[in-house]
Amino acid sequence: MSTTTEAPTRRGRPTNPGERVAEWTDGRLGLYKLAKSNLRKVFPDHWSFMLGEVCLYSFVILILTGVYLTLFFHPSMNEVVYNGPYAPLDGVRMSEAYASTMHISFEVRGGLLVRQIHHWAALIFIAAMIVHMMRVFFTGAFRKPRELNWLFGWTLLFLGMFTGFTGYSLPDDLLSGTGVRFMEGAVLSTPIVGTYLSMFLFGGEFPGHDFVGRFYSVHILLLPGLMAGLLVAHLILVFFHKHTQFPGAGKTEKNVVGTPLLPIYTAKAGGFFFLVFGVIAAIAAIATINPIWTMGPYRPDQVSTGAQPDWYMGFSEGLIRVMPGWEIRAWGHTLVLGVFIPLMIFPLVMVAIAVYPFIESWVTGDKSEHHLLDRPRNRPVRTGFGVAWLTLYFVLLIGGGNDLWATHFHLSINAITWFVRVSFFVAPVITFWITKRICLGLQRRDRDKVLHGRESGIIKRLPHGEFIEVHEPLSQQQLHVLTAHAQPQPLDLGPEVDENGVERKVSPVAKVQARLSRGFYGENSQIPKPTVEEYEEITSGHGHH
Amino acid sequence: MKKLSARRRHPLAALVVLLFALAATGGLYAVLAPAPKAQADASQSSLAIEQGKKLYSVGCASCHGQSGQGSSNGPSLVGVGSAAVDFQVSTGRMPAKQPGPQVEAKKNTYGQKEIDQLAAYVASLGPGPATPTKSQYSPANADAAKGGELFRTNCSQCHNFVGKGGALTEGKFAPTLKGIKAKDVYEAMQTGPQNMPSFPDSTMPSDAKANIIAYLKAVDSAQSPNPGGFTLGTIGPVSEGLFAWVFGLGALIALATWVAARTTKAKKS
Repeated sequence: MSTTTEAPTRRGRPTNPGERVAEWTDGRLGLYKLAKSNLRKVFPDHWSFMLGEVCLYSFVILILTGVYLTLFFHPSMNEVVYNGPYAPLDGVRMSEAYASTMHISFEVRGGLLVRQIHHWAALIFIAAMIVHMMRVFFTGAFRKPRELNWLFGWTLLFLGMFTGFTGYSLPDDLLSGTGVRFMEGAVLSTPIVGTYLSMFLFGGEFPGHDFVGRFYSVHILLLPGLMAGLLVAHLILVFFHKHTQFPGAGKTEKNVVGTPLLPIYTAKAGGFFFLVFGVIAAIAAIATINPIWTMGPYRPDQVSTGAQPDWYMGFSEGLIRVMPGWEIRAWGHTLVLGVFIPLMIFPLVMVAIAVYPFIESWVTGDKSEHHLLDRPRNRPVRTGFGVAWLTLYFVLLIGGGNDLWATHFHLSINAITWFVRVSFFVAPVITFWITKRICLGLQRRDRDKVLHGRESGIIKRLPHGEFIEVHEPLSQQQLHVLTAHAQPQPLDLGPEVDENGVERKVSPVAKVQARLSRGFYGENSQIPKPTVEEYEEITSGHGHH
Repeated sequence: MKKLSARRRHPLAALVVLLFALAATGGLYAVLAPAPKAQADASQSSLAIEQGKKLYSVGCASCHGQSGQGSSNGPSLVGVGSAAVDFQVSTGRMPAKQPGPQVEAKKNTYGQKEIDQLAAYVASLGPGPATPTKSQYSPANADAAKGGELFRTNCSQCHNFVGKGGALTEGKFAPTLKGIKAKDVYEAMQTGPQNMPSFPDSTMPSDAKANIIAYLKAVDSAQSPNPGGFTLGTIGPVSEGLFAWVFGLGALIALATWVAARTTKAKKS
C-alpha cells in the first residue's frame, strides 16, 4: 500500500474524474498492485478444467436460492393443521417445517421454482465435484505441490454430502423423515455410546422437537460457512500453484500456456456462470424434484417404498441394504453389525480416495513437483485404481436402488442383493485388471504410432504385387504428446549383500514399498516408450514395411 | 252356491275353511316369500351358479380343483367370495397365464356376465366378501386427505407414496395403482390378492376404502396437478439423481466443451 502514495506526484494530478476515483481507491486499498500481478494470470484452456467452475457456480446458485428459501421456511416442529391450497393434504396435521415448505411450494411467488433450482443445483453440485475430482485423479493433478488442495477439495465433497443430507431432511416430509430415521439407526448402532449420541442429537427420543432447528443451523450456517472458507482456500491455492496443463508442444513444467485472466478468461468464465445458472434453472422449470406434497408429513409410524436418499448418499444406502442383518447379543447388549459394519465402511470408501496421493507418492518415492498432467493411459495402476473405486461406488449405488432395479428390469431383488454382495469384492478387482490391460494396450498403440505413423487407410500395391497400407508419420507436436511423459523406474532396494558378502538388512516396510513400486512401474505396468535411437532407425530410410 | 250355503252350518265347515286358509297361506308363502340365501333352487341365481360351474370347469378347475377345493397348483377357493373372483378375473390375472413369482395382470377375455356367473359359483362354495356396489367404492363424496393418511399408514410401504408400485422379495412386486378402476382397488383391499394383506370391513370400513380411492385419484391420475413439471415417475430420488447426472451434468459438460473450444486460436481470418 505504501508504494502507491507516490503515484500522484510522479504522474501529476489526474484530470479525468474516473482516474481520480481510481487513484483515491487505489491509494486506500492498494488494488493496483494486486490486480497487476493477478489480472494477467494465465489459465490453460480445456473443457475438463471447467468442471471445477461448474462446482463453484452451482455453489453460488445454492447460496443465492438458499437465502431466498430461508425467508419463508420455519424450522420448527410445532404441530399445525394444514389448510392451504393443496387439497389432498387439507386438514392433515403436520410440523410447521413441512407446512412452511408447502407454503413455499404453493403460495410463495416463485417459491417452487427456487426450491427446485436449489435442489437440482445441490444434486449437480455434488455430481460436478465427483467428476472434477475424477479429472484431477486420473490426470495426476493431485501430485506435489497440490496434495493439500486435493484434501481441501475432498473435504468440500464430504461436507457437501452432509450439507445436502441436512437440507434434504429439513422439510420434514415422509421421505426426509425416513432418511433421518435411517441416520438415527446408524447412530444407535454405535457400540456403547449409540443411545447417548442419539439422545444428544435429537434432544431426547426420536424424532423429538429439536432436530429440524438443529439441522437448520447446521445446514444454513455451519456447513456452508466451512465450505465457503475451504472454497476460498481451494481457489487461493489454485492461484498460488498455477493451473496444471496437459502435455504438448511448448508446454513445460515451468510455464503455463493459456489465456490471461483478463479479458478473455474472465469473459468466458463469467459467461459460463450464466450458462450453468441457465441450465439449472431450465431443468428446475422442466422437471419436478422432491415433490414433498406427494409424500405427506413425516410420522414415525409411516413409511413408503422407494425411500432413498439423494444420489450422493446412495452408496451408504447400498451398504446398508446389502449387508446381512448380523447381530451379536452379549451381556444384555446388542451389537448390530448389520448396521455398524456399513457405518464403518462408509467413511472408508471416501477415505480410500482421499489418501491415495500420499500412498502413491510413498510407493513410487516421487517427491518432485509436477505441473504437467499425466495421460491416464501412461499410469495404468493409478487409472486402474480410480476405475476400481468408481466401480465400487457404482455397485453400491445399484445396491441402494435395488428395488427400482428389480421393478424396472423385472429382476428378483434378492438376486440383485447377492450380485452386489459378490461384486463389492470382485468387481473392483476385475475392473482394475481390465483397465490396466486397456492402458497398456493404448501405450503399445502410442508406441506403434510414434514408430510407424498413423494408419492412413490407403492401400498401395507395390510393383512386385505386394499390398501395403501407407502409414503417415506423425507431426512433431503429436510425437511430443505421445513421448513427453516420464517413465519412472521402480524403487531399487540395492544388492542383497554388501561388499563383504554379508546380507544387508532391509526393513520389511522398505520391501513392501519396493514390491508395490514394481507393481506401479515394473515391466508389467508400462510399455517402454520409443527411444530416439529406435525412432531414428526406423524412420531413417527403410521406409514403410 | 246354494249347496254350499246350505252346508255352512255343518259341523265340519269350520275345519274345511281352516284347511283352505292354511293351504292358501302356505301356498302364497311358498310362492312369494324370499328364498334363504344358502338355498339352491331353480331361480336366476341358481342358473348363474350352474353356468358359473361350467365356466369354472373349463377355465379354473385344472388348478383350483373340480369343486374349488384347491390343488398343488392353486389355492382353495372356498370362502374367497365373489369380490375375489371379480377382481382376479376382470383384471385378467385369472386364469393365470403361466407360473412365476407373481401372476400378472393381462387382458381379460371374459365378459362381465361370465365373471358374475363365475363369482356366483365360487361364492356358493362358502361365505366370503361380496362384490362391492358402486355406492361403496365411488370416491365421489370421499375425503382424499383422510385417504392419504390411511394410504401412507397402510399401503405406501409397498405401493409408494402415490401408488407407483414397488419391489417385493424374489421377483414379486406391488403393482402400480395408476389407472386402476376404483372397483378393482376396493376389491383388492377387501380380498388381499396374492401377496397383499386383506383389509376387511372389520378393520377398514368401506368409507375408509373410498377415501383411499379418492386419494389415489387426487394424486396420481390424469387430473392430478403436477406443479413442478415432469414428475420423473414420482419414484423418489433415484430417478432424480439419474436425471441430474444425465441431463444436468451432461448439458453442463457439453457446454463446457463448447466454451473451451471457442478459443482465440479459432479466429484465423
